[in-house]
Amino acid sequence: MLNIQQIRADFPILNEKIRSKQLVYLDNGASTQKPQAVIDAESYYYEHQYANIHRGVHYLSQIGTDLYENVRKQVQQFIHAKHDHEVIFTKGTTNAINLVAYTFGRKFINEGDEIVVTEMEHHSNIVPWQMLCDEKKCVLKVIPLQADGTILLEDAEKLITPKTKLVSVVYVSNALGTINPIEELIVIAHKNGAKILIDAAQAIQHFTIDVQALDCDFLVFSGHKIYGPTGTGILYGKEGILNEMPPYEGGGDMIKTVSFKGTTYNDLPFKFEAGTPNIAGCIALGTAVKYVQEIGIENISTYETELLNYATEKLSAIEGLTIYGTAKQKSSVISFLLDGIHPYDVGVILDNMGIAIRTGHHCAQPVMDHYEIPGTCRASFSFYNTKEEVDMLVEGILKAKKMLS
Amino acid sequence: MQSINNIQDEIIEDFSMYDDWNDKYEYLIEFGKSLPIMEEQYKTEDNRIHGCQSKVWLHPEIKDDKLFFHADSDAIITKGIVGLLVKVLSGHTPKEIADSDLYFINKIGLQEHLSPTRANGLVSMIKKMKTYGIAFQAEH
Repeated sequence: MLNIQQIRADFPILNEKIRSKQLVYLDNGASTQKPQAVIDAESYYYEHQYANIHRGVHYLSQIGTDLYENVRKQVQQFIHAKHDHEVIFTKGTTNAINLVAYTFGRKFINEGDEIVVTEMEHHSNIVPWQMLCDEKKCVLKVIPLQADGTILLEDAEKLITPKTKLVSVVYVSNALGTINPIEELIVIAHKNGAKILIDAAQAIQHFTIDVQALDCDFLVFSGHKIYGPTGTGILYGKEGILNEMPPYEGGGDMIKTVSFKGTTYNDLPFKFEAGTPNIAGCIALGTAVKYVQEIGIENISTYETELLNYATEKLSAIEGLTIYGTAKQKSSVISFLLDGIHPYDVGVILDNMGIAIRTGHHCAQPVMDHYEIPGTCRASFSFYNTKEEVDMLVEGILKAKKMLS
Repeated sequence: MQSINNIQDEIIEDFSMYDDWNDKYEYLIEFGKSLPIMEEQYKTEDNRIHGCQSKVWLHPEIKDDKLFFHADSDAIITKGIVGLLVKVLSGHTPKEIADSDLYFINKIGLQEHLSPTRANGLVSMIKKMKTYGIAFQAEH
């Protein structure tokens, strides 16, 4: 059992008043709030330990390097990677996917080859592949969405073929909450000789991830969605594949030797980390991961499922409210619409009540097109949310409905 | 015809009666609902203003050297604000519209709807209304 009041006390922003009302923060799918420990870790580093990392012989540089590299090891353990050099620091999920598109894609995907995604992808797992397809004349195939917001494995079986070079799928849909059957998708991809990338941006904060057990080739996520700083993220890749991939950006840190006759590149993970990274952010990301581990990802999972079930029951009882995304396996996200009412209007009314939800297409326009809707209202819950907050959301929705009908 | 600033001042006075957000939005919603729905023929891609949250359509028409606007939105609060903008600017000369200073939005506390992050198309709508003002001014 989690002590929610104690957990809430760790997050200073939860005490903020918004428009003189108590903040009810239900936009965790977009970004999660930061515990004091994370905020402190970043400022402590700047106050006491800051210097540029790697290669510096002086004391501060060494401390910084150790702290930074320890986070790499920590993330390695957190996602159960085989080696710490399979963990590449990025600016976030988008940056990590673009890295793979630019390097793996440019080298291994050629004219006529196929890339397979699902219809529920975030734009950041669509557009980089479209850009690659424009350049390399390869083909993007889409596993279609079903009415309940899931995909069918038989569709995946049909679309993933020996022509497929890469399958890039979202673990948990940000717009619908659907948890995809990625274990099966990984098997199907490998059976056809394709590599598979898992976008875990909406999964990493909700349940345990073991990249070795999954046997995925790449897995990406953002630090800010797991209670860490913005501008941090992780690309996990299997050692063998990362070694075969060309570098992404050129610059400092990613080289072994540089001369005008020719340059040689550094080993993993530095080959993919050109330039001074977000050192403080990465160190604080380590604190965030530690915080989550101390609470226990299994405990988080159990509690968030309980909140999801409670909220689903309460929201379903509101007349004229439709939930989009009704998969059996869901994370704590509820996308909904009120009959005849635009989601933007609902968002504005809730905002005036201090309730933060997200409205719009959630960077997943194909999902909205599938349902032929302009967008949805999305409430997404974290382990610091409470049933009382769900009740306040329900009250807010009822008020919005009354005002807008 | 009242001047642009006179209309703005009237709106500011109307809104001064509302001391909480609830009343203000009730008014906007009712105002939005009371406005005519734009005829489908005007809801063209050319008249569409792109915002990622709500759709806004704006159709200009020049009559007796005055510039008139017809506008609509699929979100009712946006439509209410769109309606206020039309009320303020429509029926004036292109020059008056191009030179106008829309201070009423801040005064009635709706400036947050004009933040670009809202992405509701209102910022682009104001820009477009003024651009029409400049364009028609050049034509006449």
